[in-house]
Amino acid sequence: MSTIELKQATKKYGDFVAARDVDLSVKKGEVVCLLGPSGCGKTTTLRMIAGLERITSGEVIVAGQRMNDLPPEKRDIAMVFQFYALYPALTVGENIAMPLHHEKISATEMKSRVDKVAEILHLGSVLNRLPGQVSEGEKQRVAVARAIVRDPNCFLFDEPLSRLDVELRHSMRGQIKQVLANLSKATVIVTHDQLEALTMADRIAIMKDGIIEQVGTPHEVFAKPANVFVGSFIGTPQMNLVEAKLSKFEKGKASINFNGQDIEITTNERVGKLNSPKITIGIRPRAFTAESKASNENIQAVAELIEPMGAETLVHARTKGGNDIRVVVPRENRVKVGEALHLRPDPAQTHVFGENGKAVRL
Amino acid sequence: MSKATSIWEKLGFRKASGVSEAGWGQTLFAGIISLIYFLPVLLIIITSFKLQTEALSIPPKFMPTNLFGLIPDAYVFSPTLENYTSVFSRAMTSGGVAENTGFDRYFFNSIMIASVSVLLALVIGTLAAFGFSRYPLKGNDTYLFVILTTRMLPAIVVIIPIILMFRVTGLSGSYLGIIMLYTAFNLPFTIWMMKSFFDELSLDVEDAARLDGSSGLKVFFKICLPQVLAGLAATFVFGLILTWNEFLFALLLTGIDTRTVPVAMSQAVAGGGIGVLWGLLAAIETLFLIPVFFVTFFLQDHLLRGVTFGTVKR
Repeated sequence: MSTIELKQATKKYGDFVAARDVDLSVKKGEVVCLLGPSGCGKTTTLRMIAGLERITSGEVIVAGQRMNDLPPEKRDIAMVFQFYALYPALTVGENIAMPLHHEKISATEMKSRVDKVAEILHLGSVLNRLPGQVSEGEKQRVAVARAIVRDPNCFLFDEPLSRLDVELRHSMRGQIKQVLANLSKATVIVTHDQLEALTMADRIAIMKDGIIEQVGTPHEVFAKPANVFVGSFIGTPQMNLVEAKLSKFEKGKASINFNGQDIEITTNERVGKLNSPKITIGIRPRAFTAESKASNENIQAVAELIEPMGAETLVHARTKGGNDIRVVVPRENRVKVGEALHLRPDPAQTHVFGENGKAVRL
Repeated sequence: MSKATSIWEKLGFRKASGVSEAGWGQTLFAGIISLIYFLPVLLIIITSFKLQTEALSIPPKFMPTNLFGLIPDAYVFSPTLENYTSVFSRAMTSGGVAENTGFDRYFFNSIMIASVSVLLALVIGTLAAFGFSRYPLKGNDTYLFVILTTRMLPAIVVIIPIILMFRVTGLSGSYLGIIMLYTAFNLPFTIWMMKSFFDELSLDVEDAARLDGSSGLKVFFKICLPQVLAGLAATFVFGLILTWNEFLFALLLTGIDTRTVPVAMSQAVAGGGIGVLWGLLAAIETLFLIPVFFVTFFLQDHLLRGVTFGTVKR
């Protein structure tokens, strides 16, 4: 049974719909990331679960209980805020102990629980300081400590790492993942950083304009994007999306007109049954093989800009038809500006999206 | 170097952290300006130790000692405490017996009326400000504007209706009446000040407290209030100074028993025949200065933080 369940949850501010018909369920021990560009409604969705926003319609169910009308203090949910939201007038220790005041436990037990989480998050030495006197990374850990000190129904994280520098973010990501694994609670993490989502989540829900576009494992959303938006949002460098025309479909092979150049790509049967020939082809920059000769199975292009990225090289190329595409080649492949490229897309990694933007798959 | 705050540091002789200190020229300039501001107060304090004749002498006698002959005798007066004793007890007619002037009562009145009404305004105003900040009414700003309009007219304009109201309700001359009036007059200022402090707080912190299990009241008392202590201190001191020095309403609405010092002072110094009793006036003023001076002095750290609201965020 799911710990957190949103059914058709909608939040409107006047005419503006911040979240529309959100369906989401999170099981015990599962970490779900809400991922999307800013303003996509992911934080609103999180706040609907927490009870900080009343939902306009739909249902919020946490731990089997309908929570629509319960105020946040009655929901027993722990949340870590983007700006930490530590109590400035209380010491670090008092901050961590705050949620425990509402559980009827003795002072000694309270202290031992605070000490325990302080140890897990390496905060032992700053327990007596005020939040204003500790570093950014420590503040972040205090916020996490305050959430995990009790035994709530579920955990919510709102952009937990966005204010840390790169190095700290790296190590905190690992630490939080480990802590969450040990606690085995339903967890929702809001982030706009796909790397964060891909590394921390069991499942990712990708949102845009208040709507969940796709929910899936990190592998699924990367390998099988449900639509053009998900395809373009997940993965760096970004997926190449080229508008094309389907001219013929025979024996599992599609002939596609790429702004003047015809190529043949092996694809699935459903592509042949499309009503409209207007399609979008999505190919990830790493899904190309450079071939020595032009053929009707590779795309002709000319290298225009070379960006070495260390282990690999990112090549910006222009196709015969005038489309700009990004190609990642191994470092040993010394591509030069102006060089002609014959790029064969890997059929398994070539995504066909129909006119409505949805992926065409079996 | 010791870390303890010395009296000098408390008075402001300390290095501000993170900024380079001003040079001697700028410091001297600021010192001269401060002295000009402080001069009237200084003259009052000096005058309070002079006899009537010395108080009026020209050139002014401004030194209590000749500093072992360094200062010409023309500028030196012999300090006396006579003015201070006669604040509380003196002969009302020439050659008469010394009697109680009632000033102990007036000082008590001033302290009681000012502190009770300012504290009352602080309690009511803080609650109202929190409401205006967190649970806005429809047309919230209109309400705030209306509240402020009560202070847009000079007191002298509204005094007549207020006198009539006091007559009808029988509040004239009572402690209750003047305290209610001062509370009402402090409220607009208190609400506006405190609202701006509450507006500056991070709402996330309150959300966090709610998720941690605190109900609305607990959030207010345990989370919000501790964050606006500086604001409370600043509002308290400003309100106190305004109320402490208020003259017009006190003159017209207090009775003999409930008279405050500013009113009593104006009546006591008319020396009958010999003009204003400057020495006595100065002594009353000096005594009158002390309570507010100390309150302000002890709250000054809070004051500085209070009036720079919103400068440090997150």
